Amino acid sequence: MASGYLLETLPELILSVGAMVLLLVAGWRGDDATRGISWMSVLLLIAAGLSLAGPAGHGGAAFGGLYHADSFAAFSKVLIYIGAAVSIIVAPNWFARGGTLRAEYPILILLSSAGMGMMVSAADLLTLYVGLELQSLAAYVLASFMRRDARSAEAGLKYFILGALASGILLYGVALLYGFTGSTNFHTIAQVLMQPTPHDVQIGRLMGLIFVLSGLFFKASIVPFHMWTPDVYEGAPTPVTAFFASAPKVAAVALLVRVAIEALGPATEAWRQIVAVVGIASILWGALAAIGQTNIKRLLAYSSINNVGFAVLGLVPGNQAGAASVLFYMAVYIVMTLGSFLCVLQMRDADGVPVESIASLSGLSRTRPWLAAAMAMFMFSLAGIPPLLGFWPKLVVFQALVQIGWWPLAALGIALSVIGAYYYLKIVKVMYFDEPVEAYGPSESKIESGLMVLCAAGISPIGYLAIGSLGAATMCAAKALF
Amino acid sequence: MNQLGFPILTILIALPVFAAIACLFADAKAARWIALGATVIDFALGILLWATYQTGGAQWQFTENLPLFGQFSWALGIDGIALMLVELSVFLMPLCVLASWKAIEKRVPEYMAALLLTEALMLGVFEAQDLFLFYLFFEAGLIPMYLIIGIWGGAERIYASYKFFLYTLLGSVLMLIAMLWMVGFAHTTSIPVLMQTNFPTHAQTWLFLAFFASFAVKMPMWPVHTWLPDAHVQAPTAGSVILAGVLLKMGGYGFIRFSLPMFPIASAQLFWLVATLSGVAIVYTSLVALVQNDMKKLIAYSSVAHMAFVTFGLFAFNRQGLEGSLLVMLSHGLVSGALFLCVGVVYDRLHTREISRYGGVANNMPHYALLFMVFTMASVGLPGTSGFVGEFLSMMGIYGASTWAAFVATTGIILGAAYMLYLYRRVVQGPLTKPDVAAMTDLSARELIILVPLALAVLWMGVYPESFMAPMRKDVGVVLSRVDPVWHGGDSKLAKGGKPVAVASAEAR
Repeated sequence: MASGYLLETLPELILSVGAMVLLLVAGWRGDDATRGISWMSVLLLIAAGLSLAGPAGHGGAAFGGLYHADSFAAFSKVLIYIGAAVSIIVAPNWFARGGTLRAEYPILILLSSAGMGMMVSAADLLTLYVGLELQSLAAYVLASFMRRDARSAEAGLKYFILGALASGILLYGVALLYGFTGSTNFHTIAQVLMQPTPHDVQIGRLMGLIFVLSGLFFKASIVPFHMWTPDVYEGAPTPVTAFFASAPKVAAVALLVRVAIEALGPATEAWRQIVAVVGIASILWGALAAIGQTNIKRLLAYSSINNVGFAVLGLVPGNQAGAASVLFYMAVYIVMTLGSFLCVLQMRDADGVPVESIASLSGLSRTRPWLAAAMAMFMFSLAGIPPLLGFWPKLVVFQALVQIGWWPLAALGIALSVIGAYYYLKIVKVMYFDEPVEAYGPSESKIESGLMVLCAAGISPIGYLAIGSLGAATMCAAKALF
Repeated sequence: MNQLGFPILTILIALPVFAAIACLFADAKAARWIALGATVIDFALGILLWATYQTGGAQWQFTENLPLFGQFSWALGIDGIALMLVELSVFLMPLCVLASWKAIEKRVPEYMAALLLTEALMLGVFEAQDLFLFYLFFEAGLIPMYLIIGIWGGAERIYASYKFFLYTLLGSVLMLIAMLWMVGFAHTTSIPVLMQTNFPTHAQTWLFLAFFASFAVKMPMWPVHTWLPDAHVQAPTAGSVILAGVLLKMGGYGFIRFSLPMFPIASAQLFWLVATLSGVAIVYTSLVALVQNDMKKLIAYSSVAHMAFVTFGLFAFNRQGLEGSLLVMLSHGLVSGALFLCVGVVYDRLHTREISRYGGVANNMPHYALLFMVFTMASVGLPGTSGFVGEFLSMMGIYGASTWAAFVATTGIILGAAYMLYLYRRVVQGPLTKPDVAAMTDLSARELIILVPLALAVLWMGVYPESFMAPMRKDVGVVLSRVDPVWHGGDSKLAKGGKPVAVASAEAR
């Protein structure tokens, strides 16, 4: 059934083969072909997304259980491709002012997306690691894409060193798990974990679990493994930051869900408390540390830490409703995040040079009322204030917690969300209450504005109409894990 | 469908929303007229609603139910209690628009849009029949109000807007967790069904406290009332009117819609908590009101004291108390709104709210003095005004629940008379010595159009309260039927059903 396997891995094949062909094109034509390559990359992402309708979306195990093509992976991949495509589309305009956009940019994003596809489809610790590394290596290069910019180079280096450390931790955990369970396959690990074992073996497995989870927490930038996030987000070119905040986040969180439930499901009691603690810590620290920020990208970095904290709380129940709630959260999160970064991309002074200080947003509601309205909507939505859609995924996560009787954790999480609301309100305050400063340059791209309107409409109350179908889709996706 | 054949409740909500969007595309003048037109049409629809509401008919009327949102539905419907609060909202809104006609000069389209959105969300709160839908409306109201206070407010507006937003948000988030638990227990989000659900006793206490946190902040009850004076003082006049007139009623509405019928056992058990907080609030905030130099702050503190009457009456668990509380809510909506408008009138002329800057305006503003007096008397609770009916009934109710509570509550009436009359004395009466005060002109036609309807409504409610009580009577009975069986009765030994104890015990035998 080798051809069947190929069909099941079709999205990754499209992306990796397409990326290599485009790399050759880039080699022949140089940077002149960048625009064409960008649009080709978007088309490849769309094609990969469409291929999920076939066996790639529900084919089951492939390559001897190394790879799993199920609806969970398909759902995550759709989100990843959306994040990647938007990051490619918005890049040319930004780089036109901020530096040269080289043809490698879309190709690196394609390769990273292929790696993320492997991550969320992984059914084996080794597939997981290979996918993770493919994603990460492309991401390190992307972070330092502005080679002559010191901040960008610093971001890339920091990301690489800390990422390599996290990969090491993860790998060590993989080794421990393999050593104490005798397999790297998720299902085999789960079966072995179910059998009674002596205490010392259990300790070894527990250590393996902790190391694996720590590595994944790093990739999802969950406290206490979040320290790279603000620096990398600030230093990386804004389109790359938009990419980091969306697609790899979804991939890392989805991978976390898959490993925790498919491989470590029998040890739910062991990791549940870890996830609960790091989730609350992320919410708390993501909110507190954001208060003092003056750079909008750093603020959004903490906002992403805060939001992922909420998302992983949905993992605590360890059941289908919980896993579905995580997916639901990430689906809405990606729209809010991309929307807010689209707004950040509009922050250019009269000469078109990007500005990132929150102070420059002052009085935006009078100089660019619609941009301010969109930004305010994204901020309220990230804070989880109804009637914006950002409220609903929080509710879904807390519902999953309340259903298993963990309502004190839900109450704590939601009470901490009030701290987060403070700094989102601060952005709204700066835009609406403060006196105007120098206006931004006019919007240059219809596509960016269109995408922003699309995101804003999605998280507006209109988005509530999608709750039914999105809820059903996430439940269906989560069912694949059990 | 309903007796009208068209979804009137949805239209009531949708009209201001669309008008708000239209405002954003209009210039200042057009925005004013759009806002006025939309609120007046909403008011007309409100009158139609009242006219076609069948008193004594089905408990829930004009119901609509569209399962649009997967886990919950667009379910609207009103009973008599909601009807009255809807009427209050649609009645006050055109007046708010008129009050802002000249007072708001900057960013008019956005202001009108925020005002209209607030109206839509307030109406949504009272009309929602779905738990989650209620929460959405309840919370969403924070956003436009935050903007109204923050953009068009006074000098300390930013502090006040933050405090308002975060305070009320913190209060209501715990309610959401309680709602999730209830939905998980009852497997429905329908408020009418949940009102008939018997939650386990031990859970009721927690659920009650979670809802209490939200409604107590919204109400506001002492000691979580501190956001209110700041918000009131800093908000523009219309913002204060909406806050005092309608937003505060959401707390009382929440108690009577959720706390009492859904958690009757916990309500009865925690009577001491509510009674203590209300008692402290009445005495303490009245005393605080007595020493205020700022007119708006004084009225804000008087609001807290009046709301304490509402909570007292609601937790008396008898008919007089409940009906009295609802009337106090309606009356306070009219009166405090009117008082803020009265402050707005002189503020627009002198641009200060310092009480000592005024004095003797009866000489040059006789119409103003007369109307201000009507509202002052209504606030004091003089017979013939709306304040009397509600306060008298809730006092009767409180006596039934606890004679000590009634004793404390009565001091509130005396103190209320003291601070309101003292305010009136300092602003309106006395010699007209200050030249800039003497230069103030009497009410313009626009201001008369705002204040006279309010005065008429206040007198109507005072003279013939039956118009307002009749639609609510049956629904108060529904709440009573839930909470009365578990209430042990007060120390006044009034038997249940309002009969003297000897008669009742004889009948029981």
